[in-house]
Order: sequence, then C-alpha cells, then structure tokens
Amino acid sequence: MAKWMSVAQVKEKIEESSAEEVTAHYLEVIKKSKINGYIKVSEKALEQAKKIDAEEHDGPLAGVPIAIKDNISVVGLPSSCGSKILEGYAPPFNAHVIEKLLAAGAVILGKTNMDEFAMGSSTETSYFGPTANPWDLERVPGGSSGGSAAVVAAGEAPFSLGSDTGGSVRCPAAFCGVVGLKPTYGAISRYGVVAYANSLEQVGPLANNVRDIAVLMDVIAGYDRRDSTSIDSKTEYQKALVEDVKGLKIGVPKEFFGEGTHPDVEKAVWNAIHKYEDLGATWEEVSMPHIKYALASYYIIAMSEASSNLARFDGTRYGLRENGENWHAMVSKTRAEGFGTEAKRRILLGTYALSAGYHDKYYLKALKVRTLVKQDFDKALSKVDLLMAPTMPNPAFKIGEKIEDPLTLYLSDVNTCPINLAGVPSISVPCGFTDGLPIGLQIIGKPFDEPAVLRAAYTFEQNTDYHTKRPLEVA
Amino acid sequence: MVYENPDGVRIGLEIHIQLNKLKTKMFCGCSTDYHNAAPNTHTCPVCLGLPGTLPVLNKKAVEAAIKVGLALEGEIAEETQFHRKNYFYPDLPKGFQITQYDFPIVSNGKVVIEGEDGEHAVGITRAHMEEDPGKLVHIGSIGKSKGVLIDYNRSGMPLIETVTEPDMRSPKEARRFLDKFRNILEYLDVFDGNLEGAMRVDANVSVHWGTRVEIKNISSHKGVERALLYEIMRQKNVIRRGGKVSQETRHYDEGRGVTLSMRTKEEAEDYRYFREPDLMPMQVTDWIPAIKETLPELPDAKRSRFIEQYGITDMHAKSLTSKIMLADFYEDVCAEGVDPKIAATWTADVFLGELNYRDLAISSYDGKKISFIHAKDPKIKNSFKVSDMVELVNLFAEGKISDRAAVEVIRTMLDTTEEKTPSHIIEEKGLFKAEDDLVTKAIAETIAENEAAVQDYLGGTEKSLNFLVGQVMKKTKGTADAKTTRELIIKELKG
Amino acid sequence: MITKEDVEHIGWLARIDISEQETVEYMEKLNSVLGYFGQLDELPTEDVAPTYHVAEIYNVFREDVVEESLPQEVVLANTEHKQDGTFRVPKIG
Repeated sequence: MAKWMSVAQVKEKIEESSAEEVTAHYLEVIKKSKINGYIKVSEKALEQAKKIDAEEHDGPLAGVPIAIKDNISVVGLPSSCGSKILEGYAPPFNAHVIEKLLAAGAVILGKTNMDEFAMGSSTETSYFGPTANPWDLERVPGGSSGGSAAVVAAGEAPFSLGSDTGGSVRCPAAFCGVVGLKPTYGAISRYGVVAYANSLEQVGPLANNVRDIAVLMDVIAGYDRRDSTSIDSKTEYQKALVEDVKGLKIGVPKEFFGEGTHPDVEKAVWNAIHKYEDLGATWEEVSMPHIKYALASYYIIAMSEASSNLARFDGTRYGLRENGENWHAMVSKTRAEGFGTEAKRRILLGTYALSAGYHDKYYLKALKVRTLVKQDFDKALSKVDLLMAPTMPNPAFKIGEKIEDPLTLYLSDVNTCPINLAGVPSISVPCGFTDGLPIGLQIIGKPFDEPAVLRAAYTFEQNTDYHTKRPLEVA
Repeated sequence: MVYENPDGVRIGLEIHIQLNKLKTKMFCGCSTDYHNAAPNTHTCPVCLGLPGTLPVLNKKAVEAAIKVGLALEGEIAEETQFHRKNYFYPDLPKGFQITQYDFPIVSNGKVVIEGEDGEHAVGITRAHMEEDPGKLVHIGSIGKSKGVLIDYNRSGMPLIETVTEPDMRSPKEARRFLDKFRNILEYLDVFDGNLEGAMRVDANVSVHWGTRVEIKNISSHKGVERALLYEIMRQKNVIRRGGKVSQETRHYDEGRGVTLSMRTKEEAEDYRYFREPDLMPMQVTDWIPAIKETLPELPDAKRSRFIEQYGITDMHAKSLTSKIMLADFYEDVCAEGVDPKIAATWTADVFLGELNYRDLAISSYDGKKISFIHAKDPKIKNSFKVSDMVELVNLFAEGKISDRAAVEVIRTMLDTTEEKTPSHIIEEKGLFKAEDDLVTKAIAETIAENEAAVQDYLGGTEKSLNFLVGQVMKKTKGTADAKTTRELIIKELKG
Repeated sequence: MITKEDVEHIGWLARIDISEQETVEYMEKLNSVLGYFGQLDELPTEDVAPTYHVAEIYNVFREDVVEESLPQEVVLANTEHKQDGTFRVPKIG
C-alpha cells in the first residue's frame, strides 16, 4: 500500500481489499513511527474497521482511518490534552465531531500529541514529550496540533482533526507541509472539545490535499444544538473545489510581512501570489494598522478564558489527585503537580488579567483592541475577496530552541492569531521550501466564505506540486 | 401611626429560590426531580462540568425569571447575559458558577408587605438567574470534618437570586417579606417551597444605621426571624459596651439560635467575573406581552376580589390567599353553592389553624383534595377533600351540628388517613346536634336538680352558670350547642 | 510590574502551589510578557466597544425537555475516591 494516500485512494484500497486491511496498514506504519505523533493508538481501530466491513457501511468515510487531537473527546479512549492532570481520564461521551465521523463510517486510529491544553506553538509543552517534525526530526512540528499535522505528513493517517485557537492548525500545517483549515467561528460544534479559549477556537481538519479538507468539512461542519455558538451555514464544501480564480481579488496585508519574516518565506508567498496573478487573479496591497496589537490582545483574551476553563481540573472528580490536609491544599498541590510550566504561566497571567484592579487594563483593553482588529479585517475584506500572507514568518525551529522564553514562542503566532480574533476562515497550504523545510501560504476569507478560501487553495494546488513532496526522513 | 424604628434597624435580604417546577436543569437536560434519588444519578457531562461540555440555556428558566420580574413589578432588561463567577469549592464542578453580573434580567422591583405601621414597600434591587452548585455532606461535624461527600444531583439546578434593598425595619418585617415573596412565587407556579433546599436566604442587618453584617445560609423563614433577632441584640450589646460592629459574615447556628463569626479566609476572594463565552446574550423584552397574558391573578388582587366577590372579611381574604393552593380550594368549595362566609371561617380559621397546630404544610391541590405534609417528617401526610368541606359547611349552616362538633370533625379527619366523610364521623361519634326539646328538657331537669347552684348564680356567682351549662351538656352527651344552652338558662332563670 | 506578593496572590487565586524559587522565576517571566502586553496602552480605545464574540447571535435556548442522565457508575468511573455513590474529598478548610 502506498504510504501517503488521499481519502479517494484510501477508499479505492478499501474497495479492493477491506477497511480492516487499510486500518492494519496504518497501524503498521504507526508502529514504526519515529515522530511520537500519537499519545494513544486505539486498540479498537481494527475491530471498528471489521465492523464497517461487516456492516457494508456506506457512509462517506466508510472505513477511512483518521487521527484525532487529544483534546477532542472520544468514548473509550483516554483524553489527556497533553497534560498529566488528566491522567486516567476517559470521557463518557463523544464530541459532536466524533459522532459525525463515526456516523460517516470513519475509523479512529488514535489520539494525537499536542501542546498541553493547546497552549503552545511547538508541541513541546506536552507531558508526553515533543513530537518530531517529519521533515527534520530535530525540529518541532509546530503546534499546538503538532501530532495531528505530523502524523499526516508522515503517512501515519490520511487526515486528522486538530483545533485552532490562535493558529494551532495552521502553524503545524505550515511546518509539516500539509493543508490545515481554521473554519469560521461557529462553523463546527465545539461540543466535546476541551476548551482553551472558547471565544477564539474552532476544530480544524488537516490533510495532504485541499480536497480531503473539503471532504472532512462536509462531514463535521454544521449546526449542533449543544453548542450555543454553532451556526448553520449550510455550506457545501466539496462543491467549492473548482479550478478557477479568474477575476479573484487578492489583498496582501503588508503588516503580515513583518521584520522577522524569513526572506525565503517572503519569497515563496510572493511567488504564490504571482502564480495567482498568472491564473487570472489580481492583487493589491491592503493596510491593517491594528495587526501589530493583535498578538497582545489575543494572548490576554486566551489566557483569561483559559484561567477559568482550566479551573475544573481540581482532582475532585477525575484525573490526577495529590494528597493534601484539606480540599484547598489538595487542589493546589494537584494543580502544581499536574500542570506543566507553560500552562501554569498562562493560568497565572489570565488570573492576573481578570483580577480586581487589572481587569480593565488588560482584559477589557484586549477586547477593545479585538474590535479594532476585527474592523481591520472587515474593511480589508470589503475591498478584496481574500487575503494572502505567510502562515508562519519562519520555518520550523529546533526542538528546545524557543521553549525557555515564552515571549519568543508567542511571537511565532503573530500571523495566525489575528484571524481568530476576527473569527474568519483561513487555510494554510504548502507553497515552497527553505533548506528542506516546508513553507505555508495563508489564505484568509470572509466569515463563512470557506468556499472562496477552498477554491483558491484548490486552484493553487492543481497548478503547483508542493503538496506532493514527502519528507524523506520518515519514508 | 408611624413606626419609629427605635434601633435604626435596616435589613436587606438575598434570596435564592430553585425553579424546581421546571422539568430540567438550567443548562442541561437532566431532570430536576432528584429529591428522593440516589446521589449522582441526575447528572450528565454538562452539569458535572466534564471537559469539553457546553451549557445551553433552558428557555423556560428565562420565562420564569421574566414572570418573577413582572410579578415583582420590576424592569426587564433590554439585553441580558451570563457571566462566570470564578472560585474554587468542591460543590462547583467547573471551578466557576454561571451567573448574571452587571446585566441582571430584572431590576427595580418592589413587594408591598404588612409592615410595622401598615403597608410598607420593600424595594427589589435586582433578580438574576444562576446555577446551583452540588450538595456537600460532611463526614463528622463541620468543625471536625473527616472528609466531604459530594452529590452533584443539585448541580445546575436553575436558581433565581433576588436582592432586596435594606428596607425592612424589623425581623418581623423580614419574615413577612419572605412569606409574601414565597407566596407570589407559588402563585406563579415556578417554585415549590416545600422541597428541601428550595429557598435559601442570606440576610444583612445593621442597627443605628451603622455597619452591615451578613448572615449566611438560613434555611427557614422562622430561622431568618430568629437569626435577625439575635443579631440585632448582639449588635446593640456591642454598641452599648462602647464597641464597634465590624463588617463581617456570620453563620447562623440553627440549633443554638445564635450567629457565629465565620473564620476570615486567609485572603479575600476575587471572583474575576467575565462574560460566559459559551452563552450568547439575550434580547427577550418582546416576550413580555405574551408572558403578561399568562400571569395569574397575584395575591393582592385575589385578596381584593375575595372580599368583593364572597363578602368575607379582609382577615379571612388575606389568610385564604396566603397560599395559592388554599385559595383555589376555598374557591372550589364556594363553587358548590355553600355560604362563602361560613366556608371562609371554617377554611381560614379552623382548618388552617388546625394544620398550623399540627405543623402540617400545604403541599398540593389537585382540584379535588388539598394535600399537606409534616414540616419535619415528610412521612406524615394527609389530604382533605373539597366535598368534605362542602358537606361540613352545609351541615353547620343547616344547624345540624354544633360548632364544637364541626371542629371535632375537622380534627378527626386530619388525624386519620381513613376514608371517612364528615357524616360518617358525626354518626360514629354521635355528634348530631340535639333536638331543641331535648335541650329544653335537660335545662328544666338541671335547674330542678341543682337548687344550690341556681341560687348561687342568682346571687351573683357567675361561675355557677358554667356549672349548669356543663350539666346540660352532660345530659345531652355534648350535642347541645353551648352558646345556645347558656342563653336559654339565663332566659329561664332571669326571664 | 508584578511583585513576588502578586505572584503568591494569583497563585492562591488559581490554586496552584508555587515554591519560593518558582515565585521568582514566574515573576520574571510574567513581567516580560506583561511588559509586552503593555504596548496596548499606546492605543486610544476610550470610544471603542469591546468585542466579546464575533458571532452576533442572540437568544439561543433549549426546550425544557428531559434527557437521560448518566448512570451513577459511569459518573464515578473516573475516580477512585468515592463512597456510597458520592465523590469523596478531604475536609474543606
């Protein structure tokens, strides 16, 4: 069996052999993994595949294996969120997206590695150790959905689910040379996805090609009554896959090409924009003056929400429990022991930003800046159809390189987090290489205009071959 | 008469009520009917706060809050929303409580109570929606607890917290407020006050317009009155001794009837309120007209109507409307064509009085019978039929039984759960009123047989009359009407 | 600038035990991040409304219909600290 298969190829293989054989193939590849992409491989995957075969399941993903980020609840599998504090916890319910996947016939291969509670951009803050970038095992895969991106890049799953709070799907997609979509806020139910920053995050698919992203979106997107922020957009994602960008108006926000941008990244992105021009699109520079404040605003909001979301991990009902002479002491010790350094930093900063005397200076201020950032997007996207920019200013960095200094690490989210503040859709597609490391092009659309984003990404893919390149280290 | 409020008492209340008439909890589909259930059997991922779960608001809870707001003559907010109140406690499964903060659904209401000097309005600052935490049971005493057991069945129960202005000037006014408030809520059919934990009260009180002291978590209306009486006395004593009342939170020890200072925490809590990002804001003022249509006649309106329609006294009307179930019972009794004034006396004075004497609280009324349950021992329960009251009132009105016999019938019916009509009991106990000639005969015999007593009475010894009445009652086996007998003897002896 | 006392206070608010040595480390790292956040001060926002949510949705409700609760053994399945159908924890204070 070919190591890297599209969903269509996987389905062909299932036709020829069986879901069981295809799943067995992936489990075999995972067994030889060099990247530590999975926290837990499902012991029921084969059984599930057999059942699909026996039932002659005719769902759109019948027998197609998928990898799931470890912050998405799956019955029968532990959910750790990359943290020690959830030791031994297995959710008694499925996330909405999991229900949808199972109904479509997908086979869950396992749970993928991630930064602890999605707090990071490198997958190094995981309690289960870092995941390696398949293109260079000494480098990070990006984060926080590093496992989900890396296993797709390494052929350990045809596609996967991640979650994107400030770039957590797009960053690892860019670093691992795969495609990753952050849908419009509200497009996919968050029910069953462990919250990091509720007002910012969405589940996002990762795959080797744009078509598979659309296939997955058609299954997992849509209204869910259990998520009050869910919106029924009735989008048909695969229908958007039309190879045509004639007349498309692209905006290039100069603020996304900041000082620290790697020259090869800048070059690759401009090459992509020129490619679009060749294909009949036009581009213009647009200005988004408040983008430089987006990162601070994003982090204040995310940390504030996180400090509250993570309060439930108190050792009382599930997960780790340390001994303490009374309940409060037990909780304080459990949380000291269970959370990693970065999670604690963010909880402390978020607690501080919401505390009496600082709420207005930090939290309220950040929400006001969020308004200004959103207005920048509204204005820019009223003039053009899409915005294009580098996903990450730099290619994947070395494991351990930035972990000691939180601020340096935060700065790598500079081009991805503004999109979450505005809630708009954005995709990262491979658009080149520097020293053998992939570069990602970010395509940003209007709210619920995933079709335009997918169409542009698809057209680019059809006219380039970056997405066909594979990491030799893991071949 | 104007109440002087000599001690400058100001009392404000914060009242939590469970919307226990709703079928499901505030943010999930778990049933609210958990009161007799095993622990942790009415919980789901949402009310257990499991990671990844999201709240979805019960529409009926919002409607109930609007109903309460309208009944309290408050303003309903144009836009309202939920916040998170962040603090750690084992009964709080998410580490925060979803509540309302700066945009409560109801503000600026009022409730008129029977104050120290007539009608007195108590301002309602606000009323807001929130979720109830779980329930903790301490192993051993609270002071020497060995551990805590947590049951999350209560977690996520819909609550309305109502905050009053410090407008009450005595513990009695506080108690009257609570009685009236509870009555209004029961009229609205959003709340059953008889269920355990249905209403919890925090009170704040100051004397001589001084520092406010909070008293937390008092479970009964009587408890509130007692706790406040104690606390006012304590504060007055502090001042009398030249001390200063310090601002603090105190705990009411129901057993000892005292308030105790709660240990101050090592550091002040900081709830870090922020908007609940998983719930969308609400604009529901356009619901108001439709909800107004469904609002029932409220206690004050019903009381006025009863006076007008049934020609009964204000005292009776007030008493009959103090409980919606009693008011409905009374109206159904009247609908059977009985004399409404007699029905009012027997329902409000005797029936209700006998219930109170027995510590029985009215728990339901199904249109045929009114049920009641012992306040402390829920195993003791009974009911009283409309048809029984109708029969009793008619028998009395027709002069077939004496008032003493009617009281006896009501007492007997409350003390037995056997299915017996008033006629049964009257027959069994021989309570039919004696025939007039029987009484006349007994009086004649008594006068003849008790010469000495007759002379004493005529000589001015009033006590002797009682003796003579007693003798007649004996001869008639209690079936004579005492009042009539007395009058007949006087008439016989004095002309 | 946050002080050692601030770190101790927010550590208590967030119920995370922090050792003497960690307090100093956190203070430094947190201050560097807060210094960066401080750049927002230069932006005038007096007349800007806060954005809590990008989705302008109002009035999302659920009907008052009972759904099945979890069985008790499932509720308690993720802990060893249980007694008579309840969760057991140490005394509170």
